[in-house]
Amino acid sequence: MTSFIDPTQQAIAEWIPPGSRVLDLGCGDGAMLAHLQEARGCSGYGVEIADDNVLECVRRGVQVIQANLDEGLSMFEDASFDVVLQIDTLQHLRNAEVMLRETVRVGKVGIVAHPNFGHWPNRWSVLRGRMPVTPRLPYSWYDTPNIRFGTHADLSILARRCGLHILDSCGIQDGQVVRRFPNLLASTSVYRLSR
Amino acid sequence: MPYVNPQYLHFADALPLQSGAVLREYDLCFETYGTLNADRSNAVLVCHALNASHHVAGEYEGQSKSQGWWDNMVGPGKPIDTNVFFVIGVNNPGSCFGSTGPMHPNPDTGKVYGPDFPVVTVEDWVDAQARLLDSLGIDTLSAVVGGSLGGMQALSWTLQYPQRVRHAVVIASAPNLTAENIAFNEVARRAIVTDPDFHGGNYYAHGTVPKRGLRIARMIGHITYLSDDVMNERFGRQLRDAIVANAAEPPQQRPYRYSTQDIEFQIESYLRYQGDKFAEYFDANTYLLITRVLDYFDPASRFGGHLTEALRRATARFLVVSFTTDWRFSPKRSREIVKALLDNKRDVTYAEIDTPHGHDAFLLDDARYHGVVRAYFSRVAATLGR
Repeated sequence: MTSFIDPTQQAIAEWIPPGSRVLDLGCGDGAMLAHLQEARGCSGYGVEIADDNVLECVRRGVQVIQANLDEGLSMFEDASFDVVLQIDTLQHLRNAEVMLRETVRVGKVGIVAHPNFGHWPNRWSVLRGRMPVTPRLPYSWYDTPNIRFGTHADLSILARRCGLHILDSCGIQDGQVVRRFPNLLASTSVYRLSR
Repeated sequence: MPYVNPQYLHFADALPLQSGAVLREYDLCFETYGTLNADRSNAVLVCHALNASHHVAGEYEGQSKSQGWWDNMVGPGKPIDTNVFFVIGVNNPGSCFGSTGPMHPNPDTGKVYGPDFPVVTVEDWVDAQARLLDSLGIDTLSAVVGGSLGGMQALSWTLQYPQRVRHAVVIASAPNLTAENIAFNEVARRAIVTDPDFHGGNYYAHGTVPKRGLRIARMIGHITYLSDDVMNERFGRQLRDAIVANAAEPPQQRPYRYSTQDIEFQIESYLRYQGDKFAEYFDANTYLLITRVLDYFDPASRFGGHLTEALRRATARFLVVSFTTDWRFSPKRSREIVKALLDNKRDVTYAEIDTPHGHDAFLLDDARYHGVVRAYFSRVAATLGR
């Protein structure tokens, strides 16, 4: 049985070396980790706060730790994972900067993916005077779970400010890697970071 | 589920104890539910907590209200499904529910053990349980499960017999007691030993029962098993109806009796009821012994306090569950176990259930809690027979 993951996750999965020990922060229903276990022989844990997601992880046989990421990652030792994933979580966290540092503390490599508010339809929407509502950002301004709004360019600045090493970065649009003008042309921004 | 029956096994081989003492011979009382499969791979051992027993699930024939203490968790179609698993409930030595304990005669003297029953530990209990499994022809447990003190036994199983446990489910437990926990146990013990009916533990010979001490011990225990919220919700500052009804004047004017002897508040009534009930069926010497079992448990102590070092031997896969309002065995304590397992790169899943019910939650129905345990055991079931 292969776990279904979306094209964005598929593109990110390609970056993860087979056999890696992976920590997936905000792992949701565990589909990504299940896919990495089945398709790439990875092992590791997910961290998730929502009860129904934790339950789904257990059903899938994904090791999951129920915890609030805003309380930090003190449970995990330095460099105890090959890869730490942070897919669509940073924008929900109060302590985004701390978590970015923590991601590359516990992982030899951190992969951070988040919605790129610099994507041109979002810019167009703001230019017309409205906050964007798109397939990638389907929420209205008043009911969005996202409390951080950053662009591809912004994350680069934050990473440097935190003294992190940017191994690679790109955009992902419709499952395709975008290397030319990702800040303008991709709805998802991805960074590969290390200390 | 058909009616269940307790079974007894006599062990003639001496059980050496951590203290250096020996149980020369002893009986274990246990119950089983479900059927052991052909390759004997589906056994699940349920370890009991402070005041429970081998009677985990089902009912006794002809006895209404005789449901096992974890009947909501264990049974056909329940989270620990006895259509799939062969579940064993065992009463530990030193308890007062069938296995050899302080109320039984010491084979060396022919007299009742009373206060001379040797101090036992979690490790001793696990050794006794291992011998029971040997007798049942079970080499490897599919899972060992327990809540609170039972969770300590489950954890200890993975350290004492790592090769005999595939999964360990540790619920509302801790790697050791905090000083506050030991303090509560000490208050309970002092209540018992200072009861004039205690007679230094020889109350059987005196034909007495230190009920006053047992009542107070249970009352303080009970307070710590609940959360402040649950107590407030259930009892609040409510006065007993009788007081209000009997008052000569309208209750809003003279709500109190201004008595320090009578029961006035509902919570007092409830605690006294729980205390009375407990004092009817529980043995005082057993209470002293089992609270010591709790106090002593500390697998990290032999490793300079390093739990990570201590758990290095554990190879089982773990499910650890805690409850947010449990202040006696708080989530923080469960996270210590989880961290030590993570440090050792062991398989572990941790669920922190947000429930108002405090420590007692591990015995109660909660859809999220039972859902996680059910899902976990479904995964375990899927690996059976391979």
